[in-house]
Amino acid sequence: MQRILDIAREKAASTALIIGVFVFWELFCLAANISDILLPRPTQIIAALIKYWPAIWPHTYQTLYTTLVGFAFGVAIGVAIGVLIGSSRLAYDTAYPLLVGFSSIPKVAVVPIFVLWYGAGTVPAILTAMIICIFPIVVNVATGIATVEPELEDVMKTLKASKLDILWNVSLPRAMPYFFASLKVAIALAFVGSVVAETVASNRGIGNMMMIASSSFNVPLVFAGLFVLAGLGVLLYAIFSLIEHRITGWAHRKTDLAAG
Amino acid sequence: MNVMTASSSIAAPIARPFIAFEQASVTFGRGEKAVQALQPTDLTISEGDFVALVGPSGCGKSTILKMVSELLKPSSGYVFIGGREIGANPIRIGMAYQNPTLLPWLNIRDNVMLPLKIVPPFRGEFSAKRKGEFRDRVEALLAQVGLSGFGDKYPWQLSGGMMQRANLCRALIHDPELLLLDEPFGALDQFTREELWAIMQDLWLSKKLTVLLVTHDLREAAYLANRICVMSMRPGRILDDSPVDMPRPRTIDMTFQPDFVALNQRLRAMIVGARGGTGIVNHPPGQG
Ligand SMILES: Nc1ncnc2c1ncn2[C@@H]1O[C@H](COP(=O)(O)OP(=O)(O)OP(=O)(O)O)[C@@H](O)[C@H]1O
Ligand SMILES: [Mg+2]
Repeated sequence: MQRILDIAREKAASTALIIGVFVFWELFCLAANISDILLPRPTQIIAALIKYWPAIWPHTYQTLYTTLVGFAFGVAIGVAIGVLIGSSRLAYDTAYPLLVGFSSIPKVAVVPIFVLWYGAGTVPAILTAMIICIFPIVVNVATGIATVEPELEDVMKTLKASKLDILWNVSLPRAMPYFFASLKVAIALAFVGSVVAETVASNRGIGNMMMIASSSFNVPLVFAGLFVLAGLGVLLYAIFSLIEHRITGWAHRKTDLAAG
Repeated sequence: MNVMTASSSIAAPIARPFIAFEQASVTFGRGEKAVQALQPTDLTISEGDFVALVGPSGCGKSTILKMVSELLKPSSGYVFIGGREIGANPIRIGMAYQNPTLLPWLNIRDNVMLPLKIVPPFRGEFSAKRKGEFRDRVEALLAQVGLSGFGDKYPWQLSGGMMQRANLCRALIHDPELLLLDEPFGALDQFTREELWAIMQDLWLSKKLTVLLVTHDLREAAYLANRICVMSMRPGRILDDSPVDMPRPRTIDMTFQPDFVALNQRLRAMIVGARGGTGIVNHPPGQG
């Protein structure tokens, strides 16, 4: 009972703070008399969100779709490369420099190449979302696998466990907390990737909608687009946090886990 | 060298003893950075024996265990396990370290069951028997070490001593022919340690397995082992190999009897000598 009260109090404080920020924003714009062409007030943004919702929804759907598909591919490829790099010295030495080099390329720069290959539209957005989220996943999964305690590995090897046995029973479960930590970073990055690609080369998606809105000086709509993106980002982050907590609760040593 | 005790099974004509080191040495690194950890060493352990290995820190005790468990090959010489050269026909080995290394995402029962999932012949029957026979087997073993009812707990919910008990169960669940213990009770308090000695002795008496124990605690070595091998400073070699002629089952009280204490003192003097000390030791307050 006390715990529930504590949580409520904690949540109440943070919620109040977030609302406070928006209230401050609203009042600041009113007091300083800032034009909505420069910085619209939250109430104007929400009004725009409601007014244009039928137009915003298909774009939202498109962005969510490209992001999630790109993210799914990114996770699959990232995990595969991460496992490979984490479990083989040779793969590590070969692939790591390549990956670092690759991740240093600004992803906006590769969008035109994707457009050249596949034409403007959905595919470049998916691919950009995918490549942008591979790197953090690879690094985290590889770290989780490569840092298995040597003594634990000795225990397994003494049992004559094969590499696959060790991977499946020890390394992969051990890498799970790292993996989920990277998922939360990766989903945010995937949004960045797909929106960037939509802005450059697509006629659909939130990125494209914001481009068009800003060229017609409909600034509240631009901000409405930002709100939608932020909302989606927070939603997916929350979903992955929840899954993470369920699957890797052991890493947080929650005492209440054993009861469930 | 020591005289081998006659093997109980005369039917199987094993030419060599259960474990034999023949001039086995270990050198880590190459060239200028090479460090000899172990001088050419002879050591034999017969089946069913309980041998303790003591000596100064860094003298190569863990290195010997690693060779026995085939994690490490000798740089020169030979190591024979189960009468064959290592790698030939692997025997079932259980291993427990000072650090319990239980998997934090598995409860105690699943942790203890892990070897059954990996070691043949249990491996093939694992999915069929994990809920039945294997589960009972784990529960029985947990009960033997005083952990009955803790199968559903997770490692972090256990004390250090309880984790070490579970660790011991994991090392024994697959009926190993050989048990390797590397300072398994080192991090525990005196009373828990003595309790675990008694459990360990009971397990050894009931299962008749071969045990090789590395420890820094001479009382522990003398309480548990049939033989105590004392090693020199690095590069290690075996300085002395003494039998412990105490009746079984031994009790904690016996460790305070004169001949037991005398043995301890003799071993202690030997190790102090090996470390290059004077033999006169100033006890830090509160240390035994
Ligand atoms: N992988 C390695 N590379 C280089 N040197 C090593 C390696 N492993 C062990 N050594 C060296 O070999 C020597 C013996 O090591 P070992 O771990 O067998 O000692 P130990 O007798 O178990 O010591 P302790 O009682 O402190 O556990 C040590 O001096 C150590 O420095
Ligand atoms: Mg050691």
